[in-house]
Amino acid sequence: MMGLRNLLQQSVLIEITISFLAILAAFALVAILLFLIGTDPLLAFQQILYGSVGSTYSIAETLGRTTPLLLLGLGTSIAFRSGVWNIGGEGQLYMGALFAVFTGLYVSTPGPTTLLLAFLGSFVCGSAWAIIPGFLKARLEVNEIITTVLLNFVAIYFIGYMVRGPWRDPIGINPYTAIISASAQLSILVPGTRLHAGLLVAILAIPIVYLLFWKTIFGYRMRVVGANPKAARYGGISVARYIVIAMVLSGGLSGLAGMIEVSGVHHRLMEGISPGYGYLAIAVAILGRLHPVGVCFAAIFFASLLNGVAAAHRLAGVPLGMVNVIIGLVMLFVLASEFLIRRRR
Amino acid sequence: MIVLELLDVVFITGFLEATIRIATPLVFAAIGETFVERSGVLNLGCEGMMLLGAIAGFIGAYWGNLWIGLALALVAGASIALLMAFMSVTLRINQIINGIVLWIFGLGLSTYIYRAVIPIKEPTPLLTGLQPIYIPFLSDIPILGKVLFQQNALIYIALLLVIVSQVILFRTKVGLHIIAVGENPRAAETLGINVFQIRFACLLFGGAMAGLGGAFLAVGVVKTFVENMVAARGFIAVALVIFGKWRPLRVLGGALLFGGLEALQMRLLALGLDVPYQFPAMLPYILTIVVLILVARKAEAPASLCIPYKKGGD
Repeated sequence: MMGLRNLLQQSVLIEITISFLAILAAFALVAILLFLIGTDPLLAFQQILYGSVGSTYSIAETLGRTTPLLLLGLGTSIAFRSGVWNIGGEGQLYMGALFAVFTGLYVSTPGPTTLLLAFLGSFVCGSAWAIIPGFLKARLEVNEIITTVLLNFVAIYFIGYMVRGPWRDPIGINPYTAIISASAQLSILVPGTRLHAGLLVAILAIPIVYLLFWKTIFGYRMRVVGANPKAARYGGISVARYIVIAMVLSGGLSGLAGMIEVSGVHHRLMEGISPGYGYLAIAVAILGRLHPVGVCFAAIFFASLLNGVAAAHRLAGVPLGMVNVIIGLVMLFVLASEFLIRRRR
Repeated sequence: MIVLELLDVVFITGFLEATIRIATPLVFAAIGETFVERSGVLNLGCEGMMLLGAIAGFIGAYWGNLWIGLALALVAGASIALLMAFMSVTLRINQIINGIVLWIFGLGLSTYIYRAVIPIKEPTPLLTGLQPIYIPFLSDIPILGKVLFQQNALIYIALLLVIVSQVILFRTKVGLHIIAVGENPRAAETLGINVFQIRFACLLFGGAMAGLGGAFLAVGVVKTFVENMVAARGFIAVALVIFGKWRPLRVLGGALLFGGLEALQMRLLALGLDVPYQFPAMLPYILTIVVLILVARKAEAPASLCIPYKKGGD
């Protein structure tokens, strides 16, 4: 028993070390890339650090961006752990956002019930959008990677139609909806910043996902389905059912991320409220090694990166696309290190 | 009224021409993917390779000429594929995650390169596009002449590629080796076939073709580069391979069907149908899902698809 515990702790330490090395290696390459385009890498990194955690405001902004990434990352890791490759976080986020705006514009219920309704409804909407590929995979073995990616595009076009058509703010110039009612908005946590109560929801989701996934028979079955569907079937677990459940939970968390972006940050719906959070969630889940605690740190890391590079872009002329290159490199190195970890076992 | 216009010669010619133009990038990417999957590797990085092909084609055409662009696109696609081969064939990393990561890497790198070359303040440069080649006599035939014999060189190359691929895959020793590796790598190795060599070669070819498809999109269709311009065509190509049951000729059929429906949709919209543009724009994506549902369960993928191979057993 002690031996097993030691082994587990050791391997966690190794995984953390290797993740850090992967990030370092990625930044080393980025330094070379920056140097090549004539930017001082040290100055750029300084700006990235300052822009992400250098002041109260920037810390608040970073935590604000952490919120959707955390929820989406948790959702993505639930799906990946269950052997379902849900790449549809982006579309599911928009479907959740759609419901949040609907509540904020057209529903008025007493007190905090509006927010509660938006909260539950956006979870359901994200789930509903995710059930389509989940069901198709479970029943017909249709490749969910392709269907989730394609449904993202469908969702985004649908949002485009809604904000340019039926839900367009009649007095606005841009294709946005009107501002949602105050009762559907999340309150600000730190005055003078944009940090809102959505962060608390995301933080609360970490232990919930952990307990559900690691401490219940329900979560155990989902993990078995992901690790070895044949064994699961042999053990009497309905693989199809758990595939759909994984998509429901995954899509629901993504939908929640959409609601929080609307109710907490934008207070309206427009095209592009997500700068690719749904795709970034894949990076968050992989760097976080599909574990709630890891996902939390990975979400903070990528949120800092987004804000940091935006600041470095303004001050040091670092190209904005650099974010995606860094993300890609970090993921590549993390993946390659997967091989090293496996060889040790 | 609309019915009359549908029967118009100009309309039909335009429609068929557009069908081929839309189908061509898909044909390149999907034929490449066919070889990759036949050898037992699922390349979900196809989208990223198309994006890098698009930016390489654009830059080559912008600085030099179209042919330099196409050559660059081949190299760009193959380079990413080489990375994929090293990671998923040599290191045996999960092909699905590897593909997704390379897709996102390609998305990031292509945007970055574009911004590094064209500063934000400058307007997007437009390319002249590919010039059509007129095949003597045949190009004078009404409708068919314009559709089939007045196209640019790449479209002829795409058609040739399909036929050559079909022959190579099913009528040559190399093709049989590829199929054997995809179905049963262990048995193939016993017969003296180098599994790693075959998978590397197929991936390199698949990456180069994806790059070429992306470049055709940038150089021949859109005539510029736009961020994320491939817009899931890489994934649609993967879907077409499933639809085509891993057979080049059937893949071509699928690509043409797809191109035809999209071309029809665009033309109906141009005729003034009163539908918000977002709905026709959704069609290709919904259509691909419908196609996948239709062929579901009937599709028989290569037996070792997605399973990393370890020499000498685990």
